[in-house]
Amino acid sequence: MNISRRSIKVISMMALPLLFSTACIKKEEVEVIKTAEVTATAPAKKALSQDEIVIGAVFPMTGAIATYGQESVNGIKMALEVINKSGDLAKKIRLIVEDNKGEPVDSSNAVRKLINIDNVHAIIGSVASSNTLAGAPIAQQNKVPMLTPASTNAKVTMTGDYISRTCFTDDFQGVVMAKFAHETLKKSKALIIVDNSSDYSKGLAKVFSTEFTKLGGTLLGTTDEFTYTQKDTDFRSLLRKVKRQNPDVIFLPGYYTEVGLMLKQAKQLGMSVPFLGGDGWDSPKLQELAGPEAIKGNYISSHFSPDDQDPTVKSFVDAYTESFKQKPGAMAALGYDGMLVLADALKRAGELNHRNIRDAIAKTAGFKGVTGSITIDAARNATKSAVVLETTPAGMAFKQKVAP
Amino acid sequence: MNQDLVYFFSDLVQYLINGLAQGSIYALIALGYTMVYGIIKLINFAHGEFYMIGAFVGYYCLMSGMPLLLAFPVAMIGAGLVAIVVEKIVYKPIRHAGRIPALITALGTSLFFQYLGQGLIGADPKAFPEAIKSVTYTFGEVMITSTQIIIMAMTFILMLLLYWLVNHTRTGKAMRATSFNKNAAELMGINTDKIISITFFIGSSLAGAAGVLVGMYYNTVEPMMGLIPGLKAFIAAVLGGIGIIPGAVIGGLVLGVAENLVVGFWVSTYRDAIAFGILILILLIKPAGILGKNRREKV
Repeated sequence: MNISRRSIKVISMMALPLLFSTACIKKEEVEVIKTAEVTATAPAKKALSQDEIVIGAVFPMTGAIATYGQESVNGIKMALEVINKSGDLAKKIRLIVEDNKGEPVDSSNAVRKLINIDNVHAIIGSVASSNTLAGAPIAQQNKVPMLTPASTNAKVTMTGDYISRTCFTDDFQGVVMAKFAHETLKKSKALIIVDNSSDYSKGLAKVFSTEFTKLGGTLLGTTDEFTYTQKDTDFRSLLRKVKRQNPDVIFLPGYYTEVGLMLKQAKQLGMSVPFLGGDGWDSPKLQELAGPEAIKGNYISSHFSPDDQDPTVKSFVDAYTESFKQKPGAMAALGYDGMLVLADALKRAGELNHRNIRDAIAKTAGFKGVTGSITIDAARNATKSAVVLETTPAGMAFKQKVAP
Repeated sequence: MNQDLVYFFSDLVQYLINGLAQGSIYALIALGYTMVYGIIKLINFAHGEFYMIGAFVGYYCLMSGMPLLLAFPVAMIGAGLVAIVVEKIVYKPIRHAGRIPALITALGTSLFFQYLGQGLIGADPKAFPEAIKSVTYTFGEVMITSTQIIIMAMTFILMLLLYWLVNHTRTGKAMRATSFNKNAAELMGINTDKIISITFFIGSSLAGAAGVLVGMYYNTVEPMMGLIPGLKAFIAAVLGGIGIIPGAVIGGLVLGVAENLVVGFWVSTYRDAIAFGILILILLIKPAGILGKNRREKV
């Protein structure tokens, strides 16, 4: 008796979730049918505004990488002034800036809002690759062109044919720094410290480690042995472990907030090995956070140098400095170029729909920007030159230019 | 082999020092958590924001040229006053609505201050002025900075002061009475509203002190800085036994040391996972926290 009662209980308990799941399936089916009806009756997309051009911008205006968003939007606004003044475009461009706080979740929400509510012609953004990677699939699904001026992780444009970029990728940037470490600085024992919460950092670390060992250097440890995460502030124990390994160069592909703190703490621990980084360091905040002593003697790869004597660059730097009372960093220049490329595409697109705008972006060739000549290749990436900069207390000093 | 052993022990001592310094910060914040919980059974999730406010008051004081010895108490008082205002405006009206509304309100207050800070001050991290030059002392393989010594010493002094205040003053007696039985305390003529305000003030001024110390230690302050230390301090308070003053300090130190040992001897990727795994283990063995059973002194 007992046993059978228990077994009834067991059976009913097992049946319960089954019941629930069938109920769920039914509900889902109903919903599928409903949405099918809706899509059959209503047009898939709202028509784009033909009176003005609406561009959505997704950037980190607040949060740990806020200077990137602020600089990028400054650059974009400067570009818009140039475009609207020149009168090349018959229609005015209206810019809607969304703050993603440097967070992936907010990035996908912002992209969704720009598409569904603002019905934008195209989206420009974002900076951190993790953020762009979170927003790009939504733009791709809705077939809205998205152009990132600054995300360098290789995966970004692999999301789909509506996603393109006007900067180089980490496949190039990582190689530049590996070569610089081995050939220019003549270092042979490298160690990599990775920001584990960033796709950008992990991607760059991988490229650097492959290239550095290929050149004949030794890599101490692996790329997931010395890691930290964004918003960390205490690196003393990590750096102690790094110091024990005795590297002669350290590759630190991170963002300026954590990098600044780490450089300062490394100096306090008496470390004097040069640190190398990527464009994630390129912010005026870095100098402030690391302090004048810790900043010296480190090198980064980036997109542009404000010291460049090229006349296009010079006039951009002068105009920017006058408007914003600050020298432009790489993100300002990238934002400026990205917006100009987009405007150029809009000019060539003919009738303004998402498909035409995407095709026009893809056909960009030899566009002369302040960060170099921009040609979008078949994989929707830009092939461009990089610069190596030395970090000094006064700012980033030009060291060398590396052609692709 | 011998050399390896020397390295191992000096590394161990180094990680312990780093861990104690970091743990002291957690401890100072955890003290406020535990005091407020002890007196009104409220898990004040906005506590991390009082720490942030203290850091910013200190930042602006130092930027205006105030000496550290003055800026430090000003920051503590500033954070404490904000806490009193929050208590009066936000927590007091809903004190009798039950614990869940109070908890949700605390979360809301926390978000309010984070975003108010981002709006007013800007979200970018600010470099904290170097009030005292940090000096590194080296003993063989082990290093300790003057800032680390200051942090540990300040935590110790503030904890002793607090212990004296709670156990040997009239206010402390009133606090303990309020914590033990609020209604009975009121019948005895204790102004419990005032005592609750004082508790908020003291707890938050300790968090404010932690904010200034962190500013000096890491040289950076930003409006979201309270989020993670606040969370960790809450865990430290639970770990030590929430409501128990020495428990908060022990919890904070254990957490700080555990984190640094994991980073030093294991893989830093698993820092939080392993550190929190240890905490879960301790709580499984002693659900009331490390000091949960032995001492029942509530504030």
